[in-house]
Amino acid sequence: MKDEFSVYTEKLGRVYKIRDAKKGDAKQLTALEDVNLVIKPGELFGLLGPNGAGKTTLIKILTTLLSPTNGLAVVAGHDVSKEPEQVRTCINMVSGGESSGYGLLTVRENLWMFAQFYGISTKEANDRIKKLLEIVGLSDRANMRSADLSTGLRQKMNIVRGFLTDPEILFLDEPTLGLDVGASRDVRNFVRSWMDDNPTRTLLLTTHYMAEAEELCDRVAIINKGRVLACDTPEHLKKDFQKEAIFSIDVECDHLVDLERFTAIAGLNKVLAVPVNGTTSVEVFLEAEDVLAGVITELTEQNARIASLQKRQPTLEDVFVQLVGKRMEEVEKVENDDASASN
Amino acid sequence: MENINSIRKNYRSFSTAAWLGWKIESNWTDPFLFAIYSIVKPLSSAGILVIMYSIIAQSDFTSPIFAYLYLGNAFYQYVGAVMSGLAWAIIDDREHYRTLKYIYVSPISVPYYLLGRGVARFITTTFAVVVTIAFGVIFLKIPLDFGEANWGLFILTLLIGIVMLATLGMMLAGIAMNIARHSDMIGDAVAGALFLFSGAIFPLSILPASIRWLGYVVPVSYWLELMRRSMIGSVAEAFPTFSSLTNTHLLLILVGLTLVFGIASAVIFGKLDHRARERGLIDQATNY
Repeated sequence: MKDEFSVYTEKLGRVYKIRDAKKGDAKQLTALEDVNLVIKPGELFGLLGPNGAGKTTLIKILTTLLSPTNGLAVVAGHDVSKEPEQVRTCINMVSGGESSGYGLLTVRENLWMFAQFYGISTKEANDRIKKLLEIVGLSDRANMRSADLSTGLRQKMNIVRGFLTDPEILFLDEPTLGLDVGASRDVRNFVRSWMDDNPTRTLLLTTHYMAEAEELCDRVAIINKGRVLACDTPEHLKKDFQKEAIFSIDVECDHLVDLERFTAIAGLNKVLAVPVNGTTSVEVFLEAEDVLAGVITELTEQNARIASLQKRQPTLEDVFVQLVGKRMEEVEKVENDDASASN
Repeated sequence: MENINSIRKNYRSFSTAAWLGWKIESNWTDPFLFAIYSIVKPLSSAGILVIMYSIIAQSDFTSPIFAYLYLGNAFYQYVGAVMSGLAWAIIDDREHYRTLKYIYVSPISVPYYLLGRGVARFITTTFAVVVTIAFGVIFLKIPLDFGEANWGLFILTLLIGIVMLATLGMMLAGIAMNIARHSDMIGDAVAGALFLFSGAIFPLSILPASIRWLGYVVPVSYWLELMRRSMIGSVAEAFPTFSSLTNTHLLLILVGLTLVFGIASAVIFGKLDHRARERGLIDQATNY
């Protein structure tokens, strides 16, 4: 049964021991806990979560770079712990946000070398390199040493390296991290077309960009603190939240909006406030539209002038907020602050 | 069929890594500067030893002990280069080029990849050894007669030695993979220690008895002795420590120890590789 899937995990977990932990500090960190995932051939599957959620740890386990602490992970029909060599013949991976590659080699040489590792003939490799470099706009840099490329261009070379071997299953870990808007769009377009070209290909993509997951993925798993909180198509995930009416209200006031006072409003499920360019963007999640009147009354009582009010459709960000209770950037900020404090 | 695929995989891992190693070793500067560096570096290293010897021995370059230490030092370059070269490939790929994880994810044989990376070091070191010996013969009157050298023994010993050094290098590579900091020093530290305990520049009999045994269990000691004997057999008979052993004895011991270290290396590398995966160290970059 599990052999039919491109990726299958069952109660997958990973715990890191923290060496040199100070007295009273945690001795271990749970990076993944009870992860159950099923990815079918042909799917473009997204793992969406903030930094530190466990996305990269999961990719590392699935690509045989890291052993799981417990549970089962099967990739292309092979157990990653027992048959890592068989797994490697079917996969490739690319990590975003890094400048990997042999700087002394040219772009073409870097790519050719990795093609050799996969047993691709030189002629076939050169054909593929030519085609892929054209697609990502790197043709004119093919004979340039990769050390002379900018970080973004080096990342593009890295992306080509991943696609070059035409793997059965491709893992992209934050592929657009650090790329400019145009380059990110090019990468997303290429990823989608690569999947459309061959319906047997499977792609697992991690991202903390909501829009990227929403635009690209057939199905999305939302992950936080090592646990998968929800997994479905973006449409289905959002549909579940259409039961709520979501309003975005920009307010102007000379003091902070007191969110505590909103909790008394019956039918208000959640309220968030984010300062934006001198105004405050208040988002309210209501059981019904008529609860909005109570919200406006409360804002008026707090001397907050409403600059704009808009009802909007739920996004994956809303799904994340509903599941975690905070926006993704808030979660990341807390994680970063914790990390800074422990250092 | 599975065996053929395995051989193909091992070959492509080895040959591609050898190509990469050569590119890295030879491409860091322009060819002229590279040629100058390749000559000056080994001569500088030998020069230090020659000056020290000339002060201690009042410039008696005709003594067999000078040939002993000069050739020992010349051939010892292989030890540092090949052995620490394999460990360095791990550090370089992981910390500098950030490619080790991609190499690990690809369907290659990592041990063969590392061995391939050592080939370039072997080639450049061979050039350094030739330069050092030529300098010794021409300017320092090392009693080397190319017509009388035992070339068969030389080539056989060199080949066994390369295998032996590669097995030691694999162990170091496994250790380097599991160490976050100071991993770049492992190769130099071990090569430095072996320089002392392998009779490279002085006979083992000079060492205190309490630590002399180390020299006898290290295959490098026997290898260096055979390399010297193959070049200057008649003079080498005057060398102490192994004078009671014939070339055949030394060869058998060298092969035996190479086998022992080879098996140990395969087991240790396998365990350390597994440990690195368990602890998530394959792609760590410490920037240290």
